[in-house]
Amino acid sequence: MSWTQFFFYVFAGLSLLCALMVVTRRNAVHSAIFLIITFFFMAAVFVILKAELLAAVQVLVYAGGVVSLMLYVIMLVKAEEASQVKQNLGQIAIAAFIALLLALQVGSIVYLYFAQKPAGKAAVEALKYGGNTEGIGALLYTKYLFPFEVASVLLLAAMVGAIVLAKNRLER
Amino acid sequence: MVEIVIVTIVKLLIYFGIMLLFVAYGTLAERKVAGHIQDRLGPYHCGPHGILQPLADGIKLFFKEDIVASASDKFVYFLAPALAVVPPVLVLAVIPIGDSITIGGKTIPLAVADVNIALLYFLGVTSLTVYAIMLGGWAGNSKYPLLGGLRSAAQFISYELILGLSIIGVVMLVGSFNLIDIVRYQKDMWLVIKQPVAFITYMIAAIAELNRAPFDLPEAESELVGGYHTEYSSMKFALFFLGEYANMVVSSAIATALFLGGWYAPVHWLSFIPGPIWFLIKTFALFFFMLWIRWTYPRLRYDQLMGMCWRFLMPVTLLNILGTGLFVILKNGGL
Amino acid sequence: MYQSISPYIPVLILLVLALAFGVVTLMVAWLVRPSKPYDEKLSPYECGINPLMPAKIRVPIRFFVIILLFLLFDVEAVFMYPWAAMYKKLGIWGFVEMFLFIVILLVGYIYAWAKGALEWE
Repeated sequence: MSWTQFFFYVFAGLSLLCALMVVTRRNAVHSAIFLIITFFFMAAVFVILKAELLAAVQVLVYAGGVVSLMLYVIMLVKAEEASQVKQNLGQIAIAAFIALLLALQVGSIVYLYFAQKPAGKAAVEALKYGGNTEGIGALLYTKYLFPFEVASVLLLAAMVGAIVLAKNRLER
Repeated sequence: MVEIVIVTIVKLLIYFGIMLLFVAYGTLAERKVAGHIQDRLGPYHCGPHGILQPLADGIKLFFKEDIVASASDKFVYFLAPALAVVPPVLVLAVIPIGDSITIGGKTIPLAVADVNIALLYFLGVTSLTVYAIMLGGWAGNSKYPLLGGLRSAAQFISYELILGLSIIGVVMLVGSFNLIDIVRYQKDMWLVIKQPVAFITYMIAAIAELNRAPFDLPEAESELVGGYHTEYSSMKFALFFLGEYANMVVSSAIATALFLGGWYAPVHWLSFIPGPIWFLIKTFALFFFMLWIRWTYPRLRYDQLMGMCWRFLMPVTLLNILGTGLFVILKNGGL
Repeated sequence: MYQSISPYIPVLILLVLALAFGVVTLMVAWLVRPSKPYDEKLSPYECGINPLMPAKIRVPIRFFVIILLFLLFDVEAVFMYPWAAMYKKLGIWGFVEMFLFIVILLVGYIYAWAKGALEWE
């Protein structure tokens, strides 16, 4: 086993362990803490896969931004109640559906691996440009330009949505 | 392989030591500067001119009783201060303190890690500081820390954005996130001359992110007692304090690498002084600048603070990016 | 020669160092300091009086909106990073692309400003 493999198994194992902690903790704040650690280990896995930009985004957006939003929401429901929120609110059906989708996705990757087919073309193309950052930059702003501009519209929609939701409270 | 790991560990320990020394004497410098700005002497009793004061403070903090508030969440309460020191220490890996030195016929690069995405790494790791603040405020289950923590987190996050946006101009000119490349680019001309707006917004964002005066609303003594660390005492409080000063040192160091030419001498005939010394001098100059600002300007109001971030700095950084874009195109004879 | 180990190994070493530093200082302090707790000393701080009520605070929705906006602009910034690194090679088209991207997002920004999400009273 090479060092790369060794570190992969360590970080993948740790992130699975922390993910398990996220769903089993009773206290919502503790769950959030373990979620941060999970994201951190996942970033480590991305680094091992030489996807440095993805790792940075993982830490910057998910560990840094998304979880702080979650923590705010947890604290928004009052500090005291936050530690006693019941965590399964009849969302089992939705959760099962999402888990099924995820299983299909992982299954397809496993199938592609065993069928000896390349998992995707973009990754191979990106290698031509040297590093991961340059590769993504070169492809995103030339070949995949349209999705990139669509992303800005998506962000705009999210922005407007957030403000509409909070509008009544903002005006008071 | 083993040799490389040993060299790396030695380098890391040296830089960690330098940072701790910097932090310890940073606290003394803060009090001395404050003293002299206010026309008094500052600490004077421990050693000549008080130079042993940081040591005395450290020993005192070790022997202080630790109060764990009965209403607190114990796990989070212990975790938050330990978390406060992690981000600045992690950033040490990418600080390009010098080019390389030759010992016994072997060339050893002085920067610990030649990371391609060094700047993104710096941003990502510092963004984790927000959790030390939020969790520290929440864990005590007390009103002042909670309010201080919430305010602080919103402030931190807003200025983190400005920090991220203000470095984009630099990256556009250099074409790399690697801090070593960025410093090499500045061999003939410092980037502060080409990117003055980015430098100013970076410094404002760095100071505001660290909750320092004039942006120290989360710790506003007059209304929130001590802010997010009101419930902390003894060594746990010291770790928060240490984290804050270490963050100051680290963001000064990154600013040095980004805008002030890193290890290069300001004028050519001074380049007989080794690079790492220049790097430390410049870092200390920026550190001193932060102290100077703290003791010169009055505190802002919270609405002014957030307004300045979202309604002034944000458009300014975006305009800076577009302006830099035009500049690069015109210089390359595009259009 | 020095490229033979990943540049992220030092990061791992530093992480261990930082955590060890935190834990060791807390342990040493735990060994040497006095501990004489009693009820009043351990109660949450409230300017010297007994806490009137538990720390239940309704956080203003404004904080929530600001964090949400931060998240969206952060994603915008993330799109800018690879663009900035490649900017010299993208040339004039790169500028036009990013200009469009920023203009679309500015619509949202102006909307937020007009609706008062960026105001604090």
